[in-house]
Amino acid sequence: MLASPVIVAAALLYLGLLFAVAWWGDKRADAGRSIIASPTIYALSMAVYCTTWTFYGSVGRAAVSGIGFLPIYLGPTLVMALGWFLLLKMIRTAKANRITSIADFISSRYGKSHLLGGLVTIIAVIGVVPYIALQLKAVSGSVSILLNYPEIVMPHRSETEPVFADMSFWIALILAAFTILFGTRHLDATERHEGMVAAIALESGVKLLAFLAVGLFVTYGMYDGFADIADRVAQNADLRRLSAAVPSGQGFTSWFSLTVLAGLAVLFLPRQFQIAVVENVNEAHLKRAAWLFPLYLLLINVFVLPIALGGLLHFAGRDVDADTFVLTLPMALRQEGLTLLVFIGGLSAATGMVIVETIALSTMVCNDLVMPLLLRMKRLALDESKDLSRVLLGIRRGAILFILLLGYLYFRLAGEAYALVAIGLISFAAVAQFAPAMIGGMYWRGGTREGALAGLSAGFLVWAYTLLLPSFAKSGWLPADFLTQGLFGTELLLPQQLFGLSGHDEISHCLFWSMFANIGCYVAVSLLRAPTAAEASQATLFVDALKHARPAGAALWRGRAEMADLIALVGRFLGPLRARAAFAAYAHERGAAGIDELEADAELVQFAESLLAGAIGSASARVMVASVAKEEPLSLAEVMNILDEASQLRTYSRELERKSAELTAATRELKEANERLQELDRLKDDFMSSVTHELRTPLTSIRAFSEILFDDPKIGLADRQRFLGLIVSETERLTRLVNQTLDMAKIESGHADWHASEIDLKELIAQSVAATSQLFTEKGARIKLDLPDGLPLIRADHDRLIQVMLNLLSNAVKFLPPDVGRVRVGLRECAGGLEVSVADNGPGIAPDDQAVIFEKFRQVGDSMTDKPAGTGLGLPISRRIVEHFGGRLWVESAPGAGATFRFVLPLAPAGALDMAEATEAMARAPAPLPASRI
Amino acid sequence: MTTTTTKKVLIADDEQNIVISLEFLLGREGFQVLVAQDGEEALAKARAEKPDLVLLDVMMPKMNGFDVCQALRADPELSAVRILMLTAKGRETEVSKGLGLGADAYMTKPFSTKELVVQVRALLGL
Amino acid sequence: MHRRILKGERLVATFVCGCVLFNYPLLSLFDRDVEVFGIPLLYVYVFAAWAGLIALMAWVIERRTE
Repeated sequence: MLASPVIVAAALLYLGLLFAVAWWGDKRADAGRSIIASPTIYALSMAVYCTTWTFYGSVGRAAVSGIGFLPIYLGPTLVMALGWFLLLKMIRTAKANRITSIADFISSRYGKSHLLGGLVTIIAVIGVVPYIALQLKAVSGSVSILLNYPEIVMPHRSETEPVFADMSFWIALILAAFTILFGTRHLDATERHEGMVAAIALESGVKLLAFLAVGLFVTYGMYDGFADIADRVAQNADLRRLSAAVPSGQGFTSWFSLTVLAGLAVLFLPRQFQIAVVENVNEAHLKRAAWLFPLYLLLINVFVLPIALGGLLHFAGRDVDADTFVLTLPMALRQEGLTLLVFIGGLSAATGMVIVETIALSTMVCNDLVMPLLLRMKRLALDESKDLSRVLLGIRRGAILFILLLGYLYFRLAGEAYALVAIGLISFAAVAQFAPAMIGGMYWRGGTREGALAGLSAGFLVWAYTLLLPSFAKSGWLPADFLTQGLFGTELLLPQQLFGLSGHDEISHCLFWSMFANIGCYVAVSLLRAPTAAEASQATLFVDALKHARPAGAALWRGRAEMADLIALVGRFLGPLRARAAFAAYAHERGAAGIDELEADAELVQFAESLLAGAIGSASARVMVASVAKEEPLSLAEVMNILDEASQLRTYSRELERKSAELTAATRELKEANERLQELDRLKDDFMSSVTHELRTPLTSIRAFSEILFDDPKIGLADRQRFLGLIVSETERLTRLVNQTLDMAKIESGHADWHASEIDLKELIAQSVAATSQLFTEKGARIKLDLPDGLPLIRADHDRLIQVMLNLLSNAVKFLPPDVGRVRVGLRECAGGLEVSVADNGPGIAPDDQAVIFEKFRQVGDSMTDKPAGTGLGLPISRRIVEHFGGRLWVESAPGAGATFRFVLPLAPAGALDMAEATEAMARAPAPLPASRI
Repeated sequence: MTTTTTKKVLIADDEQNIVISLEFLLGREGFQVLVAQDGEEALAKARAEKPDLVLLDVMMPKMNGFDVCQALRADPELSAVRILMLTAKGRETEVSKGLGLGADAYMTKPFSTKELVVQVRALLGL
Repeated sequence: MHRRILKGERLVATFVCGCVLFNYPLLSLFDRDVEVFGIPLLYVYVFAAWAGLIALMAWVIERRTE
């Protein structure tokens, strides 16, 4: 016999087991060995989505509308396909900003607005209350049915009873007590409850197991499989319509809107946000949950139709609510064990939902509704109450009790008029109102605080008018005229045919109008003005959540605070011990030995704020931290008075402007330095590339000829001689090249050795000409000297000037036409000193090339150029040498008219030696590195 | 050296000594060798003589190897000509530029004479 | 990074595919008085498509190598 003591004992035992699991989970979490660090547990805990609505209600829905119960599970399945990045973004954002609830999320996104957080909280509480009522209704219903075992008696309407004789009231209280034990034993900055998650996952397992057991029992125990049930149904015209259950037209609209609604609910129901985002321990778990959770949904729905049809067949003609088939079928067949299992399964579904939902809601009520109000009241000045953590816990416990009692109230007022599923859908439609502000906030930078406020308010009002109030009207708590004649008897304002939109079920109707108002207001109002600095900086944190590994929030704070103040502040809300532990952990992470070594810089202020954000919400945390982190310490009471939204935003934008000006300047300097470096680097690169190219060319010939000679010993003597000769000359070229390159590098880096002395240029030129006479003879060219006597001496390096002259002479010879070549070398005194000229009657140099020839490795000429002789470095080196002694070297030429190279060297006046040495010293000093300022 | 039909190879390089060595090497392999000292001459000779293969240096006076390569490829009558580019600049970009312009193969100076011969024979399908 | 983008695109495609599968007019094709093993055709279709979709998601997500 299932006597009532057995039932009560089983229920209490089960709750005790859950509590034990939760306790163990918390203990393990404290020890750092989480038992929920598994994607499967994460997925199972997500199945808190399946409440008594699923457990009892799906069968009821299926018994009325056939396949119509499925969109509630197809929507989440579809959304989980996107969950991979949608939820991932929410998780990242929430973790980075210590967000602990959906209200916090929205408030934080739109510039940490108290008003918005409060509004979201109110919507969530009012919206979810019917859903909690649903759980109370299902649990009290199942208990009262069980108490009549083995008779099957439908529960009577409870609204006539006094409250204290109503079992639902006591169930609500027990659940409240249980939730308080579960969720508010202590305060945590992250607002995570590992033990609770473990218990929820267990509950998900239990309810699935129970439901599958009933399904198997009905399908294969009572009947002989699906086919048998189908056969019997086929003989009953009423039941047949359930197979063809999606009628065209309106049916599809409803199907579609339920899918959308369920998809949004699985993201934005406070308990789903709590489990999927806040309680997530590892974002990698999302991967498996993304398909495991839909699989769970599929499994728990497989037997819905057989149970519904079986129930309809079995109880044909009797007064048995289809919502109770899951329980009453095993009862009717006296399956005591199974009946008890089903009861426990239903209890699992209800408690899981109630626990997580009320914990999530109580966090929101506390952080986003009560705390901001308390903080604005002068009575709660900082010095009055040292340890606020007790106050916080008290608020949360009160909120849990309050929410459950609200649920009970709704149950009393409206619960009896609706089936389980219909009640749940009212809640779904309410939380769907968060979608525009949430999704818009995550992907659109333009959303503003006012936009979100307007959208949420409009959507919520439409929801209340088209769904919530009608539910009261149907229960007789509002005049029925409201439903049939509209507000003030205006037909256009009929709550369920708003503006004449008819032909749709109430959910689709509400979804359309509320989303129309919500999205419309959100977008339109957001577009009225550009986001403020605070909104823009938060928008960046949210929209780019997947781009940055760490939030850049700290940079925006100009915080300068006293360490002791920060710890004391956090301690007031978290408790002194927890606060010290958190700061010590932070210090450890930073590599500091202890709290005392920490500097109270902007990052630490940010850390303190995030700690507080976990306990009292981000908007309140900002205000609290501002009270100790300001440059002039203000009392909290003063802060509350002056710190309205506007002044906060002004400080922010001034700070932002200053920072961004500094940043711009620094960026510009850095950019310029970088450009200079890049230019130098490019020059070096070009030089290296040219040198290697010039080295490779003679090497190619040397290697080719060597290999030819090596491979073929029988090569003819003439060829052998010729090839060896070429190897020798190419080797000489290589040597020259290496020497000149080194020479050039020396001169350029200022490390060349200069030996200055008094020089007679006439003598020097004559020497050079003598040295190159062989070249002229070979080419059949004549050289004419025009060197007057009695010119002053100059001061320069003798060998270097010889080098310049030899270069100019051999260069001239190179371009001379054979046999008729003429070269004229001149020397004269001019304004700047002495001028030397070397003129030839070669082909001349095109004007475009006249600058090019002084660049390194740039040879100009055609096939008649005797290329192997030139390295492309002669002229550049000559120009450097002349310039070193304060002179200049240039070319005058026209194509076809020969070329004249001239250089001028200044005379050496008295004391020039010192000058030359000074110049030299300067040249030797390492050139100031352009980037040295960085 | 087992070739039956004599293949015609055009060497385009402004480095006299490299030309001498290539001429010797390819002549020894039994090819008919033509020489061009600059890009314009190379293009003219290629059009006139229709060689089977052009050994093309990149850094040449008047017209560089890339331009010659492009011009050769643009000429429908010379579509069968194989082009082996030679350069002393071994940078990746140079190589891919050459191949992008339609060269069949690319060798960096200094090259191994054996590999060059193998490459030439491969390009000529010998 | 590239693989991650590809995975994201595959999941979006799965989502879109599911949206089409579970909607009018495809559903109406199966909404007829035919039974498969005694189960109404529409149920068979929805559950089969559902299971297929989950399998596809699992495949896309759990796949390691390209």
